[in-house]
Amino acid sequence: MVKDLRAELRTKEAVNASLSFALVVLVLFSFAFDPDEDTMRLMSGGLLWIVFAFAGALLLNRSFARELPNDCLDALISAPVPGSALLLGKALANFLLVLTVELIALPLFGIFYNVRWTSQIGELMLVVLLATWAMTITGTMFSALTVNIRLREVMLPILNFPILIPALLAAMRLTSDLVAGQPITADTNTWLKLLIGFNLMYTTVSLVLVEVVLVS
Amino acid sequence: MNAVVVDGVWKFYGDYPALRNISLHAPPGGCLALIGRNGAGKTTLLRTIAGFSRLGKGSVAIFGDSPRESATRRSMGFIGHGISVYDELSALENLTLYGRLYQLPDPQGAALQWLERTGLDRVKNGLVREFSRGMRQRLAVARAFLHGPRVLILDEPFTALDDRAIALLQTLLRDALREGKTIVMSTHQLREALELATHVALLNRGQVAFHGPRTPEMAADPGWVYARYGEG
Repeated sequence: MVKDLRAELRTKEAVNASLSFALVVLVLFSFAFDPDEDTMRLMSGGLLWIVFAFAGALLLNRSFARELPNDCLDALISAPVPGSALLLGKALANFLLVLTVELIALPLFGIFYNVRWTSQIGELMLVVLLATWAMTITGTMFSALTVNIRLREVMLPILNFPILIPALLAAMRLTSDLVAGQPITADTNTWLKLLIGFNLMYTTVSLVLVEVVLVS
Repeated sequence: MNAVVVDGVWKFYGDYPALRNISLHAPPGGCLALIGRNGAGKTTLLRTIAGFSRLGKGSVAIFGDSPRESATRRSMGFIGHGISVYDELSALENLTLYGRLYQLPDPQGAALQWLERTGLDRVKNGLVREFSRGMRQRLAVARAFLHGPRVLILDEPFTALDDRAIALLQTLLRDALREGKTIVMSTHQLREALELATHVALLNRGQVAFHGPRTPEMAADPGWVYARYGEG
């Protein structure tokens, strides 16, 4: 994890690309739709998580691809470390990088769209953390799966986004309510449970399957 | 017990059999030189022995265990076509990282020792992307030897090395053999390889054309094996 963060902080290649992409999409949407306050309440969750998902894909694509120059992946696979530990380390590094982009993009979203998004900030952060982990654990797993494919930049979103639909749907619904100032209620709590269940299931499946994926 | 045993190994890429019923072995303290033309299957076989590649049929054992066992991986050192070090990290950070991955008691101490041994101690904090080709290759050698492996698997280790790196690698390999370590290496540099080899295996289109001890004829004339057992 530390190695991935250190390498990324030295080059800033993926973070800069991801952040720039997030900002450009937020700006373009604000010009394209100029939504009023009510419309914004409805679409805030969808807009934010589409931006986060695509910006995150740019970061996640680099995760195992970073090991390709100089054949570093061979050295990692030959080290006496379980594949699950490698995956977890990479997923944690990705989680922190994606979260950084999201936490920079979120206030800018508030400014561009004139939205007070902080009224339920505690619960909103919980949703952001859970949905970001959902994106990063599945994205890191698919990054390992597609690392040797020539069109991996295209393949990762194509494979990852359909799997992510339940988590993204839950995050969008919860975020729309929380940005509008409505706390999580008994009705919307189901979406939170879905997000937690998704994370538990896909984290377990990824940790179990990664060894098979890494040795081709 | 042999250090490395390859028994009836087949490896398919789609329908194409890249390795066909390969059986060979390397004794402890021996050096097996894998030779053969490009595309003969040397790299595929070494990757299979190292556990990077799943077998179609057959088995590979390193001191009796699967190469994917954690203890086996700890006892193996691998040099492939790439240098397997990170350009964005310094030489010291790279070796310390690998020291941690191999759970050495003092990763940084071992890293410093190998940087000194490979003549890179003066540039230990320099980023690898700023290194010359020769320096990068020496760092790759240090990485492979860092954890004191019992079995060294080397894929064309002399290719693209500068004179200094060749001399360093030959010294380290001779020392390794003296210490009873086992080496399996593929190479096109027959003269360098046959100086070290105790056994030779010639691969031809995924099959073993010859496997046996290195003879005086081979050492005297590196082309002898090809002439005697080669593809023609």
